Amino acid sequence: MAHIVTDNCKLCRFTECVEICPVECFHADSEQLYIDPDVCVDCSACIPACPVNAIYEVIDMPDDKTPWIAINVERSRALPVISEKQDPLPTAEEHRAKLGF
Amino acid sequence: MSNQDNSHDPPYHVAIVGSGPSGFYAAEALLRSDLDVRVSMIERLPTPYGLVRSGVAPDHPKLKQSILVYDKIARHENFNFLGNVELGRDVSIADLQATHHAVVLACGAHADRRMDIPGEDLEGSHTATEFVGWYNGHPDYRDKKFDLSQEVAVVVGQGNVAADVVRILAKPVDELRHTDITEHALEALAQSKIREIHILGRRGPAQAKFTAKELRELGSITNTNASVNAQECVLNDQSKIELEAKTNTNAVKNLETFRGFAEQDTSVGRREIKFRFCLSPIALKGQERVQEILLARNRLEGPAFSQVAQSTDETETISCGLVFRSIGYRSVPLPGLPFDFSSGVLSNIEGRVVDGDQPLRGLYVTGWLKRGANGIIGTNRADSIETIKNLRADICDLTIETMPGIHGLLSILKESDVKKVTFSDWQKIDSAEIERGTAKGKPREKFTRIDEMLDQLDR
Ligand SMILES: Cc1cc2nc3c(=O)[nH]c(=O)nc-3n(C[C@H](O)[C@H](O)[C@H](O)COP(=O)(O)OP(=O)(O)OC[C@H]3O[C@@H](n4cnc5c(N)ncnc54)[C@H](O)[C@@H]3O)c2cc1C
Ligand SMILES: NC(=O)c1ccc[n+]([C@@H]2O[C@H](COP(=O)([O-])OP(=O)(O)OC[C@H]3O[C@@H](n4cnc5c(N)ncnc54)[C@H](OP(=O)(O)O)[C@@H]3O)[C@@H](O)[C@H]2O)c1
Repeated sequence: MAHIVTDNCKLCRFTECVEICPVECFHADSEQLYIDPDVCVDCSACIPACPVNAIYEVIDMPDDKTPWIAINVERSRALPVISEKQDPLPTAEEHRAKLGF
Repeated sequence: MSNQDNSHDPPYHVAIVGSGPSGFYAAEALLRSDLDVRVSMIERLPTPYGLVRSGVAPDHPKLKQSILVYDKIARHENFNFLGNVELGRDVSIADLQATHHAVVLACGAHADRRMDIPGEDLEGSHTATEFVGWYNGHPDYRDKKFDLSQEVAVVVGQGNVAADVVRILAKPVDELRHTDITEHALEALAQSKIREIHILGRRGPAQAKFTAKELRELGSITNTNASVNAQECVLNDQSKIELEAKTNTNAVKNLETFRGFAEQDTSVGRREIKFRFCLSPIALKGQERVQEILLARNRLEGPAFSQVAQSTDETETISCGLVFRSIGYRSVPLPGLPFDFSSGVLSNIEGRVVDGDQPLRGLYVTGWLKRGANGIIGTNRADSIETIKNLRADICDLTIETMPGIHGLLSILKESDVKKVTFSDWQKIDSAEIERGTAKGKPREKFTRIDEMLDQLDR
């Protein structure tokens, strides 16, 4: 049951998840992160690391988020691995507040 | 390796003690840094990977895939592994410091915590550490005996290790046969008469430390019924506040799972797992061996997120023949190094070993020995990145002396009769284990005695 990054990551991109991943399964574009489901070992370390609850295990995903399963597969394959933490986007704090975290 | 100014200088030598996740992630961070660095990793066992080999449960093979990452690190040309070499027995800190510019201690936390109650050492009372080490083939626990002819077991503690212990006790043995659980454990578990397993939390269901997934799994074991005591699932106001916090999703999921257990039909199932809350053991009793556990009922006190269990006068007894305490691991002090007994770690500030607030030159720590026995495999990656960032910042000031690194260490070891295990030696042991496993439809059959492991090297 893979783990999936969803839209809460957009405008935030905190990247707290990246260094806690034991197998470097995160990939990134300038907007957000994605998980490569073939590399992810389902340890769930990243779920509590995300300040805006953007990461779900598929089994716990709300129905309206399911399109993100395919997006993670597709984007992770097209993008490079991100293995070190980076600065969040300039919009991150504002967006975090808006999301209620 | 980048072409920085000092690329013509002799390389830096860093020794890492311990080959668990934190040791390997420290090696990774070093080898990826801009330093020209050589890493010597020593490990007291002939086998690498720490608790990924000897802790992670045999029926969770996917989590062991982080080994693929460690294997890749180990193949780096500037990495050397020396197994069967123990700090304190075969080499000293002084030896490592005399041969390396810096030392990173990544020895984990292999000792157990005690309940400190009467009867704790009665026959039939064990630690989760022993049981886990035994079924996972850690040589230190090879000859432990667990009387599985008992019908009732009590597991104290509600963390993920307790979940592993309960699952291995409850699962039909046929579902373990194709895992890398050791043969001696399979044989013993096949004879198990355990019918009922109580799993005790000193606090309430909202404070249980299981991750949601591990808890759910306990509700879906073949022929096993999971139940909670509904009365004990009534939440106090502070726990309700805890559950309302938006980031506390794990506890919310756990509570849903517990409520589902409460509604399950309790009449089915060969085995029963009973979750109990707000109970603290106050004594183990029995003639010669454990026959019962005496518990005090607790009340939660304090504000949300720092509620503590306060025992009341109310008590309860459970008759049982086995008790496993799974209340956490702790590190042991290393000779000559400052130890913080209150948190059970090597004294450190962000990975720099300190005496008081004074950093000890060239000494670093990471993983469970640095922050205590908490966090999962990945937590150690972030932790080691922090330690190595600080080591990187310090190292140019440490010394300009040339150090012999691994060669210096090897000459020190030459004087003793210790049989060193290189990474290619380990690969021989690894292949032999895999081959033994194939015949039985298992991913591997581990060697569980050090002699057996070393014998593979003479073939
Ligand atoms: C029973 C159990 C199950 C677990 N299951 C999971 C799981 O499923 N998923 C997950 O993500 N996390 C799991 N964890 C947590 C995970 O294993 C730890 O976070 C991690 O192993 C800690 O890494 P470490 O490197 O600090 O310590 P360890 O993994 O303990 O490594 C320390 C190493 O140092 C060596 N060593 C110790 N002393 C010396 C010495 N004096 N000289 C030389 N070498 C020495 C030891 O032999 C060992 O190999 C589990 C933990 C336990 C206890
Ligand atoms: N599959 C996995 O991902 C996996 C598997 C195994 C281990 N791990 C990780 O490894 C780490 C260690 O696990 P762990 O289970 O040993 O530790 P843990 O998660 O800290 O759990 C320890 C449990 O023991 C209880 N406890 C402590 N002292 C007690 C006492 N004196 N009396 C009664 N109960 C007491 C704690 O209760 P309080 O909450 O009241 O202190 C808690 O329920 C954890 O971070 C865990 O997540 C992960």
